Amino acid sequence: MKPSERTLPVLLVLLIAALGFAAMPFTDWLTLSAAGLAMGMMLFLMVAGLTLIFGLMDVLNFAHGAFITFGAFAAGTVFARFPQLVASDRWEENLLILALAALAAALLSGALGFGFERVAIGRVYGAHLRQILLTTGALIVAEQLAIVIWGPDAIPVLKPAGLRGSFLIAGAAIEKYRVVAALFGLFVFLLLQGILAHTRIGIIVRAGVENREMVEALGYRIRPLFAGVFVAGAALAGVGGAMWATYAATVTASLGSDLTVLIFIVVIIGGLGSVGGSFLGALLVGLVTNYVGFLAPKLALLSNILLMAAILLWRPRGLLAAGGR
Amino acid sequence: MHSFSPPSRRSFGLRLLSGDTPGHPVASFLMAVLVFVLAFAPLLFAGTRAVATAARVAIFVVLAASYDLLLGYTGIVSFAHTLFFGLGAYGVAIALAGSGPSWSALFVGSAAGIGFAALLGIGIALLSLRVRAIFFSMITLAVASVGQVLASQLHDITGGEDGLTFSVPPLLSPSFHPFTEPVLGVRIDGRLNTYYLIFVVSLVLFLLLLRLVNSPFGRVLRAIRENEFRAEALGYRVVVYRSLASAIAAAMAAIAGTLMALLLRYNGPATTLSFSIMIDILLMVVIGGMGTLYGPAIGAALMVLAQYYLEPALQFLAELTAPFPLLSAVFQPDRWLLWLGFLFMLVVMYFPAGIVGSLRARGLYSQTR
Repeated sequence: MKPSERTLPVLLVLLIAALGFAAMPFTDWLTLSAAGLAMGMMLFLMVAGLTLIFGLMDVLNFAHGAFITFGAFAAGTVFARFPQLVASDRWEENLLILALAALAAALLSGALGFGFERVAIGRVYGAHLRQILLTTGALIVAEQLAIVIWGPDAIPVLKPAGLRGSFLIAGAAIEKYRVVAALFGLFVFLLLQGILAHTRIGIIVRAGVENREMVEALGYRIRPLFAGVFVAGAALAGVGGAMWATYAATVTASLGSDLTVLIFIVVIIGGLGSVGGSFLGALLVGLVTNYVGFLAPKLALLSNILLMAAILLWRPRGLLAAGGR
Repeated sequence: MHSFSPPSRRSFGLRLLSGDTPGHPVASFLMAVLVFVLAFAPLLFAGTRAVATAARVAIFVVLAASYDLLLGYTGIVSFAHTLFFGLGAYGVAIALAGSGPSWSALFVGSAAGIGFAALLGIGIALLSLRVRAIFFSMITLAVASVGQVLASQLHDITGGEDGLTFSVPPLLSPSFHPFTEPVLGVRIDGRLNTYYLIFVVSLVLFLLLLRLVNSPFGRVLRAIRENEFRAEALGYRVVVYRSLASAIAAAMAAIAGTLMALLLRYNGPATTLSFSIMIDILLMVVIGGMGTLYGPAIGAALMVLAQYYLEPALQFLAELTAPFPLLSAVFQPDRWLLWLGFLFMLVVMYFPAGIVGSLRARGLYSQTR
């Protein structure tokens, strides 16, 4: 891919932000942009694993939303278990409980991902049709299991006291939690990019996305690597779900299937297999959702679909598709 | 493939099935029972509820079989089948609720719904299949969710979450009684007419689908499913064939939707558009047997029966395991989808051919031995 083809999608994100800037008062723009960034970063956490899994093994996991649901419930359970840390007015205790919740979410979803890869995904390599069916079935089962464990009603997820409320910048109200979420997402993105670019495992993963057979021919066993990426992706999705539920202050068993459409849109926009692409795609979806929700609320529901259709017409493989996909 | 004989020597019955039989005595028996029960449902069952259930089975046979055209014969997974189902139903509902119970409104409404569904089917296919077949699944999922949201938001047209209640043409309406006395023990009324309209249309559509998948067109679809590149190399425009299959399946689903609207004299988002119906269709087609048409028909009947009998069975198990809370929670009657989901996963992993496909394979095995 030529450098100019890589920079155009970045310019597109800036263009959308500039269009939003031109179309509304500055304070609204700032508030909405912060909201869009936070939403985009949380979406990125959810899709990073999905897109890498697809790139590496050609496996499309329709049950990815289940990891989001279980991560969200894990966070809710942790918050409910330590109410004194949640209600504490010391910010380090607030961050500690947030980190604990994220860790619990990552562990639970990662363990589920490990089991799911072992038991089910391994049987349907190379068969797209059966993959889609099997993982769709798994999403149904996971949703029902979540109801069995946590009950059919919505569970409140109380955010730590220090992260509630908002502060003012240039007259615009910005919620504190959104800033934390955006910064955390950005941190994970940079970490992932660093791992992929500079570590040995990252290089093998990238090579595997480009051409799996060649990597195998060079003597690397790609299957355990894939299992590792699958578990890591599931754990990240769990963290994303925990952040999302903390923001929404509530979680239900259908969270994952409700978000499935949105994360697929992000993955398609970004290009299957590309971490950088899904980062940009998540940003685009976050910003467009918030801007359109403000400017034309009636269009809000359609905006993401229209965005996806427009991008597919421009680049049928998504913004930054990897490996000739 | 099965009991194949030259066209000239085929019996009328075999020609009616386009030379494609269920392929195993058990499957044939199940199909015969299904057709018999559906054909004489108003005579066999006394209550209107039982007859309405039979009509529901007939409609779901068409819906599942049309979905099989995509899933089993073309090898693409769509999540928008309920959207087309809903378009047909809303076509009828909007026309009849808007301009009164006339046949012309019924025809205009269903034609609009079916035509729009077919166009949308082609549109989605062209947008997504141009790239990768796997995009199709993801994009249909997105489009289906938009359709669901639109139906509940456009309150002035669709009636929103409440849906639309409407009257059907007099001939089909329950208040239509041409004879005061039952004829041969059966009350002739609008309900009976509606039932047989649904039954006949469903039967014709099912036979049409059989004809279609056993035509040269169906053969190309199967070729694409088996090896896309080879089909393309042989000179078939894969995108065109897949898009046509998508349009035909969409139109068939829309017709099933019009039948559903006529049956219920009501339509709303939950009755035709909800994702749980999409899951039902998937279960029917996969458990019955993809790529057989008979499988989805049997699957549809089994699913409707399962919804009747699974809940009491789970209730029994839940009471039995009451001392163990977690086990009991798993057996709650509301958790029937959990068990069907497990069954679905097991079928995909171990019996991907489903009931009819596995039976056929056994039949062939015993013949060749």
